[in-house]
Amino acid sequence: MEQLLSLFVRSIFVDNMIFAFFLGMCSYLAVSKNVKTALGLGVAVIFVLVITVPTNYLLQTKVLQNPEMGVDLSFLSFIIFIAVIAGIVQLVEMIVERFSPSLYAALGIFLPLIAVNCAIMGASLFMQQRIGMQPNSSQYIGSVLDAVVYALGSGIGWLLAIVALAAIREKMAYTIVPKPLQGLGITFITVGLMAMAFMCFSGLNI
Amino acid sequence: MSLFSKANREVLTSPLAKNNPVAVQVLGICSALAVTAQLEPAIVMGLSVTVITAFANVIISLLRKTIPNRIRIIVQLVVVASLVTLVSQILKAYAYDVSVQLSVYVGLIITNCILMGRLEAFAMMNGPWESFLDGVGSGLGYAWILVAVGFVRELFGNGTLLGLRVIPDSLYVENGGFYVNNGMMTMPAMALILVGCLIWALRACQKEQ
Repeated sequence: MEQLLSLFVRSIFVDNMIFAFFLGMCSYLAVSKNVKTALGLGVAVIFVLVITVPTNYLLQTKVLQNPEMGVDLSFLSFIIFIAVIAGIVQLVEMIVERFSPSLYAALGIFLPLIAVNCAIMGASLFMQQRIGMQPNSSQYIGSVLDAVVYALGSGIGWLLAIVALAAIREKMAYTIVPKPLQGLGITFITVGLMAMAFMCFSGLNI
Repeated sequence: MSLFSKANREVLTSPLAKNNPVAVQVLGICSALAVTAQLEPAIVMGLSVTVITAFANVIISLLRKTIPNRIRIIVQLVVVASLVTLVSQILKAYAYDVSVQLSVYVGLIITNCILMGRLEAFAMMNGPWESFLDGVGSGLGYAWILVAVGFVRELFGNGTLLGLRVIPDSLYVENGGFYVNNGMMTMPAMALILVGCLIWALRACQKEQ
């Protein structure tokens, strides 16, 4: 239980997808112009992460790198992971469209984009890396439950980061910024300062 | 129809500055920031992306008339994923240290937006040779930003370049000098600020945008 809590808190604050690993940066910068859409994309990312990471965990441990199989297929992991992600995103899109048209309308444009969001692929690749870690490390992932908790934590961390940036950018619309720095340049520097603030969590230990 | 006609040269050189994928189109930012704490992984990453973009462009361009429109994204992803797997295996075999440093970011080339962007916007509509040039151009446009950021971060963060000491030991405070490394440069936060400043400089130079 303690280990799960530690994994959860660490993946939100310390191993934050955006501020520590720069994952999902493209959509992070492109969709953070207002809080409402940022929130929508954040929720969609959490949703897809929580489904894909445990699925890929099972594939990795039961099929690709199963000692009972006798062959190590882990070199195929890139293709398998991306196929799972693209497939699940498509499936989620169809299910949401069928059962909750209002949620579909809210997320609609973001769902297909998520298939090529590096945060999703990145979480699966980090999960693969963490399977090989020491079992007593706070980053270790050793069961499906760990994978779910890690995915949920990473997703919440991403949501937190994008909503925070969107709120800052909404305020920033009223400030005067030097011409060449407008738009992208100042956004990068803002994110840099936010990342510095998040660095103070790096000593966090539970 | 010469191989290096004016139009083809334009295809090759425009992503270097005017249409730079990182600074102007904001694509492929994730890896540009994450692998640049030192120069060597930045160079390897830049080269890998150039090779993969060029060949993925060629393959998709050859297949462009046979790919059904509805499933083109999956086809593109599979082509890219196979190339990335190849590059990752080659790196593991011949440059193991660098591949450990790059860790998951080699795999993340698959979701690099530059690749998908070039495949969608260029290779689906143009012949193999133009697509090859476009891929090389975009890859190099990405690579030089990585190398520039990696250069600054390693030089000021560690006082070395490619692992070789550039700033002499005798200048350091520990040896009676005045110089201290800027540890901030090796932190993730500084990569963002450096890229921000680079974009600022590029845009200030190109007034018309």
